[in-house]
Amino acid sequence: MKHCLILGAHSDVALAIAHQLAKEGHSLWLAARRFQDLEPIQKDLEIRYGVPVACFAFDAEKPESHQAFVEALPECPDEVYLVFGYLGPHPGSLEHPTDARRIVQVNFAGAVSVLQALALAMQKRGKGAIAGISSVAGERGRKSNFLYGSAKAGLSAYLDGLRNYGYHHGFHVCTVKPGFIRTAMTAGMDLPKPLTASPEQVAKATISGLRKKKGRVYVLPIWRWIMCLIRNIPDSMFRKKQL
Amino acid sequence: MSPFKQSISNWGNYPLTESLVYQGKERPASGPYIARGMGRCYGDSASQAQIWSSRANRCMLDFDSNTGVLTAEAGLTLDEILQTFVPRAWFLPVTPGTKFVSLGGAFASDIHGKNHHGNGCFSDHVLWIDLENAEGEVLRCSREKNQELFELTAGGMGLTGIILRVALQLHPIETAYIKQRSIRCRNLQETLEQILAHQHWTHSVAWIDCLAPGKAMGRSILLLGEHAKANELPEKYQNQALKPHSTQQKNFPFFLPGFALNSFSVKTFNFLYYHKHLPKQKEQLVHYEPFFYPLDAIGHWNRIYGKRGFTQYQFVLPPDQVDGLIKIIETIRAHGMGSFLTVLKLFGPQKENYLRFPKEGFTLAMDFPLSPKLEGFLSQLDALVLKHGGRVYLTKDLRMPPEMLMASYPQAEQFRQKIKEMDSKATFQSLQSQRLDLHL
Repeated sequence: MKHCLILGAHSDVALAIAHQLAKEGHSLWLAARRFQDLEPIQKDLEIRYGVPVACFAFDAEKPESHQAFVEALPECPDEVYLVFGYLGPHPGSLEHPTDARRIVQVNFAGAVSVLQALALAMQKRGKGAIAGISSVAGERGRKSNFLYGSAKAGLSAYLDGLRNYGYHHGFHVCTVKPGFIRTAMTAGMDLPKPLTASPEQVAKATISGLRKKKGRVYVLPIWRWIMCLIRNIPDSMFRKKQL
Repeated sequence: MSPFKQSISNWGNYPLTESLVYQGKERPASGPYIARGMGRCYGDSASQAQIWSSRANRCMLDFDSNTGVLTAEAGLTLDEILQTFVPRAWFLPVTPGTKFVSLGGAFASDIHGKNHHGNGCFSDHVLWIDLENAEGEVLRCSREKNQELFELTAGGMGLTGIILRVALQLHPIETAYIKQRSIRCRNLQETLEQILAHQHWTHSVAWIDCLAPGKAMGRSILLLGEHAKANELPEKYQNQALKPHSTQQKNFPFFLPGFALNSFSVKTFNFLYYHKHLPKQKEQLVHYEPFFYPLDAIGHWNRIYGKRGFTQYQFVLPPDQVDGLIKIIETIRAHGMGSFLTVLKLFGPQKENYLRFPKEGFTLAMDFPLSPKLEGFLSQLDALVLKHGGRVYLTKDLRMPPEMLMASYPQAEQFRQKIKEMDSKATFQSLQSQRLDLHL
C-alpha cells in the first residue's frame, strides 16, 4: 500500500485518480482549499474501497504555507499527483490584472512552491514519484489563452527539469498533458470528440505513465502530433491566426 | 461550477429541450426547475428549461455493515451500489429493469421491480431522505419525522423539492446468482394462472406476445427467480460466488430508421422468442445481471426506435379486471401495435399514496415508437384502462391528458393542493407536471 497525495482534490480528474488509486488499495491523502467539502468524497472512497483516506487543507495561492503543509503530512508520500490548476474566465486578456496574477500564482508559482518542498522530502528519503498535470496549452503561447498557456509552459519546463534533477536523486517526475477533458468545467461546451478525453482516461494515463517512469505523457496520442504541428507554424503566420 | 446549456432528452429520445443545467451547490435564481438524475424516465418527467442535475453528487456517505443500511447522495446509481456491495453480500431491495437510475430518481418515481408482489416499492425500503425545499431548507423526512413530506415525495416525481440524500436498506444475499425457472404459457389464461400459482417466488415477471392471434392470445414466457444460496452453487461458480456485474457495455451504434420496426419484424421477434423456449419448463442458474438487466448489456438500446423517439405505456388494472386486460390486448393486436418486449407482472397490495403508481393487480408495459397515429391509439387504451379502474405510470408517460390523471389517481387532487400549500410559487415543475396541470 502506497501513500498517495492528491493536490487539488476537488476536480473531476483528481476524483478519477483517487478512485483508481483507491481501487488498487492505496491510502489517499486528499488536499484542497475547501477541505471541509472533501468529507463526502473521503467517506465515499473509504466505503467503496475500504482504504484509509485523510484530508488536508491546502491553498496553492499561499506559498508561505506550503512548507508547513508538507511537514504536517504523516510522512513523505510515495506518490504525488499535482492536479490543481486555474483557467479562469479571462485566460487571454490585458484587462483583468487580478485574474492574470492569479493564473500565474496558481498554475506556476503555487505549483513550484509546493513541489519544491515535496521533492526535497523525496530527495531526503531517496525515493518517490511526482505526476504534474500540465497542459498542451503550454507548448505555444496563443492569443486566446496566453496567460494560462505561459503559466503551464513554466510548469512543464519546471517538471521536465525536476525530472532530470530527480533522476540523480532517487525520485521520478512525470509531465502530463491532457488536451481537452470532459469535466464539470467543460460540460455543455462543444468539444471535438476525438480530441477530448474523459477524466478516467486522464487518470489512467497519468498513473500508468508515472509507474512506467515516462517523462512526458500525452493522454490522447493525437495531441502529440497536433502540438508538433502547432509548434512548427512560422511565427509570421501564427500571429495572424485566431487561435 | 457554473450552469451550462445542454440539449436534453430522456430515455424515449423525445422531447428534446435546450436546458440550462445546474449542478452541485448551484441553483436557478427562480423556478420553475426540476431535479434530474440519470434521465431514465421515458418521457418529460425530468424535462424543463432549467434543471438541477444530481450527477455531481454521488458519494456514499455511510454504510453499516451490520444492518446493511447505506446512506448516499441522491445522484448515486444503482449500478454503483451493486458494484460495491454485491461482493460484500448485499443486494438492492428493489430494482427496476435497468441499473442506470439514481437513488433520487428511484425514490421520486417510487420504482418497482420483479418482487413487488412480496416486497413492495422502492420507498418501502428507504429509512429517510433529506429533501431541499423551495426556500433552500434541508428537511430530514421519514415515517416518523416530516411524514407527510416523505409520502408526498415517494413517487412525487420531484415536485416537492430536491432529494439530496437517501438512506436505503440493502438486502442480504449469499451469492450473486439467481435460481431461475422459466415456464412457457400457451395463452393469457394460462399465463395468469401460472403467475398466481407462483406468487411465493420472490421475483416473477412474464414476457408476453401481444400479437399472437386467437387461442394463443397472451402466450408468454413466465420468468421466476430466487436468490441462490451458497450451497446451491455448482463448483465452477464457488470461487466467484459474489462476482458483481461486468462494467463492459456494447453500444447500439446508430438510430435505426423508422421503417425497421414494423408489425412484421415485431411478430417475427416475438415468434422466435416464444419458440426458442422449447421445453414447457426450464430450471437454470443465472447471474443477476441477465436476470434483472438483460437490456443494460446494450448501451443506447433506445436507438432501435429511431430518431423520432418512443414511449412506454405501462398501466395497472385491479386483479378482478381480467376481461379489461383481454380487451386491451385485443385492441393492441387489432391495431398491429405489439412491441418487442411486453411485460406482464402482478403487483401485490400497496397502500394508496398520492402519485405513486403501483396498486394491487396486473401491470402491463409495452414500448411504442412515436408516430402521428399513436395518440389516437393510446387514448383508446386510456379509456379502457380508466373504465376498468386502472391507471398509467407517470415515469413512462409522455402524453397523458390531465383529466386521465385526476380520474385514475384518487389522491392526485390532494397532491396538487398540498404542493401548492408548501410552495405557492411552484418552484419545482417538470414539463410533465405542467402538461398534467398539477400546479394551481
